[in-house]
Amino acid sequence: MTWPILSVTTFLPAVGAILVYLLARGGDESANRTARWIALWTTLITFVISLILVARFDPASTDFQFVEKASWLATGITYHMGVDGISLPLIILTTAIMPLCIIASWKAITTRVGEYMMAFLILETLMVGTFSALDLVLFYLFFEGGLIPMFLIIGVWGGPRRVYASFKFFLYTFLGSVLMLLAIMALYWNAGTTDIPTLMHTAVPRSLQTWAWLAFFASFAVKMPMWPVHTWLPDAHVEAPTAGSVILAAILLKMGGYGFLRFSLPMFPLASHDFAPFVFTLSVIAIIYTSLVALMQEDMKKLIAYSSVAHMGFVTMGIFAVTTQGVAGGMFQMISHGIVSGALFLCVGVVYDRMHTREIAAYGGLVNRMPLYALTFMVFTMANVGLPGTSGFVGEFMSLLGTFKVSLPTAFFATTGVILSAGYALWLYRKIVFGALVKPSLMSMKDLTFRECVTLFPLIALTILFGVYPKPVLDMSAASVQQLVNNYNTAVTAVKAAALVTQ
Amino acid sequence: MYQAIVFLPLLGAILAGIISLAGAHARNPSGDTVDHHDDAHGDAHAHAAAAHDDHGHDDHGHDDHGHDDHHVAEPPAAGSRAAELITTGLLFVSAALSWFALADVGFMHHDARVVLLPWINSGDLQVAWSLRIDTLTAVMLVVVNTVSALVHLYSIGYMDEDPNRPRFFGYLSLFTFAMLMLVTADNLVQMFFGWEGVGLASYLLIGFWYQKPSAYAAAIKAFIVNRVGDFGFLIGIFSVFMLIGSVDFETIFHAAPGLTGKTINFFGWHADALTLACIFLFMGAMGKSAQFLLHTWLPDAMEGPTPVSALIHAATMVTAGVFMVARLSPLFELAPTAQAVVMFFGATTAFFAATIGLVQNDIKRIVAYSTCSQLGYMFVAMGAGAYSVGMFHLFTHAFFKALLFLGSGSVIYAMHHEQDIRNMGGLWRKIPYTFAVMCVGTLALTGFPLFAGYFSKDAIIESAYAAHNPFATYAYILTIAAAGLTSFYSWRLIFKTFFGEPHDQKHYEAAHESPMWMLVPIGVLAAGSILAGLPFKEVFASPHGVEEFFRDSVKMNPHILENMEHMPGWLVPLPTVMMALGLFVSYLFYIRRPYLPVELANQQPMLYQFLLNKWYFDELYDLIFVRPAKWIGYQLWKKGDGFVIDGFGPDGVSARVLDVTRNVVKLQTGYLYHYAFAMLIGAAGLITWFMFGLGGQ
Repeated sequence: MTWPILSVTTFLPAVGAILVYLLARGGDESANRTARWIALWTTLITFVISLILVARFDPASTDFQFVEKASWLATGITYHMGVDGISLPLIILTTAIMPLCIIASWKAITTRVGEYMMAFLILETLMVGTFSALDLVLFYLFFEGGLIPMFLIIGVWGGPRRVYASFKFFLYTFLGSVLMLLAIMALYWNAGTTDIPTLMHTAVPRSLQTWAWLAFFASFAVKMPMWPVHTWLPDAHVEAPTAGSVILAAILLKMGGYGFLRFSLPMFPLASHDFAPFVFTLSVIAIIYTSLVALMQEDMKKLIAYSSVAHMGFVTMGIFAVTTQGVAGGMFQMISHGIVSGALFLCVGVVYDRMHTREIAAYGGLVNRMPLYALTFMVFTMANVGLPGTSGFVGEFMSLLGTFKVSLPTAFFATTGVILSAGYALWLYRKIVFGALVKPSLMSMKDLTFRECVTLFPLIALTILFGVYPKPVLDMSAASVQQLVNNYNTAVTAVKAAALVTQ
Repeated sequence: MYQAIVFLPLLGAILAGIISLAGAHARNPSGDTVDHHDDAHGDAHAHAAAAHDDHGHDDHGHDDHGHDDHHVAEPPAAGSRAAELITTGLLFVSAALSWFALADVGFMHHDARVVLLPWINSGDLQVAWSLRIDTLTAVMLVVVNTVSALVHLYSIGYMDEDPNRPRFFGYLSLFTFAMLMLVTADNLVQMFFGWEGVGLASYLLIGFWYQKPSAYAAAIKAFIVNRVGDFGFLIGIFSVFMLIGSVDFETIFHAAPGLTGKTINFFGWHADALTLACIFLFMGAMGKSAQFLLHTWLPDAMEGPTPVSALIHAATMVTAGVFMVARLSPLFELAPTAQAVVMFFGATTAFFAATIGLVQNDIKRIVAYSTCSQLGYMFVAMGAGAYSVGMFHLFTHAFFKALLFLGSGSVIYAMHHEQDIRNMGGLWRKIPYTFAVMCVGTLALTGFPLFAGYFSKDAIIESAYAAHNPFATYAYILTIAAAGLTSFYSWRLIFKTFFGEPHDQKHYEAAHESPMWMLVPIGVLAAGSILAGLPFKEVFASPHGVEEFFRDSVKMNPHILENMEHMPGWLVPLPTVMMALGLFVSYLFYIRRPYLPVELANQQPMLYQFLLNKWYFDELYDLIFVRPAKWIGYQLWKKGDGFVIDGFGPDGVSARVLDVTRNVVKLQTGYLYHYAFAMLIGAAGLITWFMFGLGGQ
């Protein structure tokens, strides 16, 4: 390996953004076309390069791979990149979803196309960077930087209440992150470095653990989002353009889960152990509460947004159970949710592009005109419900299974989510797709276009493939997950043993 | 061979699905031809549209979607006949192989285990896709594939007016595949896959006529009520995994005896581990098999096409719960409390559903309640530990209940989709063949001597008598009573449909016998309803035969079969007496003195309404589950998210900031006398404070 493959993957989209800036000036139709094609090719090439990562990745090793290190700001603050089994699946998810987003925006975006594509490409750089950074400061830059393009995407290309939504999104996430910045500084003063692998093997004092855990939690819980800091998500989704919703649901939310796995559990195991019941409670509330709220939604995107919060509840629950199945299940659920919820937002986009409304009541009986769409939507609805044979089941099942051992009441109440999710998902499907086609406005609806098929069919294939054969994803993360769980258990038992000795 | 049995239906489903999609897509143009509404400026991106131009855009059949019933003037989908023949043909191959498998496994003792693919592997959780073929599975393979093949064949005739036949046959085959995965599962998770897969297929098929609001409402109800059961199933799987660290049947069964006496801390209650796990697993069975409390979806499911009711809601899917308990018999045998629960719910359902069946008027709903009741019988046997006996009834029931449904379908077809038996009458002259097979089905169901149901149902009643179970007597009395009720409502159906005067002259005149596609399958099932009994009694219900035939595939209660043989002689003919009594009363009510039932209903209006409204379960559930869930959801959304979280969170904070700045702005009026006045007040306040506040000290 002679070339810095990880940095190339990370910064290639940024290069694409510069190209868009240079080549697609003017805002006329030909410039727009250039911008689209540059963005598409950039994301496709990035995706192909990220596949090289997969090919060369050694799933048996628990070390960070493709490591790049260069001196940067100061001693202890370096440019340090690398991936392990926890970050790599998320990177692939990011690079795989991006081209689909570009294609989905092909015709839906007609104003400021160049800027739009630039925002997306820069966002990709920042997202991949977030998952591959191995230095806290670098991570923080990528993590926070991601806010800006997303803020712009919602605020510029969004719906009627886009300003409210984008500010809500920004303030929520920013407030959380400021606390994280404080914790990062505290960690730096404690250990003299912000190098993540070093910090993972540095014992943090108990009191600092508690405070740092809370500070990190504030940031990640908002990103996730966990109840009760979830209310930005429905608004942001509703106002965001289709591709923005896809990115938001598929990838930005996963940064929260990634943060828990990368920082909270390995660096603050004792605090994680102490706070696990707290997280369980919030997760269960999220699952039941948001599922019930989803039942009553009148807006398609809001419904899916609320169901996302519920599904993220399974992730946080599984992660903080810290059992092999729980963490692996949470991890898998993130990937699966990335595919499924992204696809669901694409499905909403399909009808939104035709009818320009997201109101559920405006639809009905689409199956009569759009059989391909009906099938596609059915697959993702079922994946959202967690039907075995789709990827949605595997993650949900494993995280529940893993949690059951640790906290039976948590798993018990969380399992009621399978009933509620069936309720809202099937209700949505029935209102949109089933029934007689009586509304005159829908009479001229056309079925999926070729471009829409290109975005949706790969996701169908992945949903079913990972439902039947999840091994590729599970194997990729298995060793890292196992090590994470082992280290955590060692730390927790050591403290328990020490407590016994002192008694 | 086993791969072929299981995957041929899947292949058929996929092929039919492709045919269906291709046809539907050809009829409904994709958006490529018409630009989106928002394409204000002529987009030069023709590449996508060009690449897709090969789609046919013939818009025929585009104008009549307002229908709310399924016989439509829409032209049939292209390739309908091909889809029918492919799926039906493949199913017949599967069915033939299944009979061979039954002989091979049941009598030659060639059990098999086929591992196909790894599925979920994580730490000690190791789940594989695999097929487990033992006698229990082989019996189910025969039941599922035989009935499914016949139903496929029947559907070719029954659905001949429907424009969406490829989709229908695709769903049927998909269902069969999921059911086969369920019965061949070698671990709990794969069983759950099949479990949910049949749920999906059932949902799709109940809602097949999706233009009818009642159809898709029933479809959703079926799915969600089943999900309530699945909740229990999942908790059961989690408990088993927590106790044993595996979900494989082999490992579980080996480890189970070591678990007696272990407890699980269940919300502070130290419950016996096995009992708890079994009760939760049984909750799953209750949902799928429509047992008391979770039964409400089954009658509504009759909204689906009749062949679906025969296949899914009579012969196969609803018996999945029974199969599951039999499959997990090594666990249930160790948890007597759970067995008591099983028997209680089985007996209650057997009686309760029969009472509702007495007064229903929809021909399919009567048969549906009868199914519900018969499933209760099977669970009684399960609770008694007589698993093979329960399986015996499952086996015979599959034939005669599928026959009754398909026969009802033939009646409905003859009457042009009239389902209310009050509008029928005298039909035996018009459709004698259907009448004959329906009589065979009814004789088998009511347990007329020498028909199939006679052997299996009597064996269940005997097992209830012989069982050592706290609810044994309860079950015995209720099943005996239900036998009488069953006979009554079954004959009521026959008498009101086929005898007396026709009530709807127009339909009566037009009534005609169904096509051969339909008559052949019901003929075969009629033969099965006679032959499935006596020849199989030995292997299903005699101590030695069961030992030889089932071997390790079920773990019987060791004494139950002997005890059944030592039943007091005067009790043995009791079920038959009840059957005769039911027949007699029914004859009296509906042939000799037709005014009697009306008088009775008028004398007992409360009871009649109570039964007619199905014990008011739907209303009750709506009141205590559906409405509160919606109300809570709405409150959480508007009050929880909107008022509390946003109100005190972002909106509140920003509003307060705005308030403060607004007020600060108001202060700066720019008038000198305002400032002067403020200064004066301030000075006065300051002086006052100095004088009184400090001076007081």
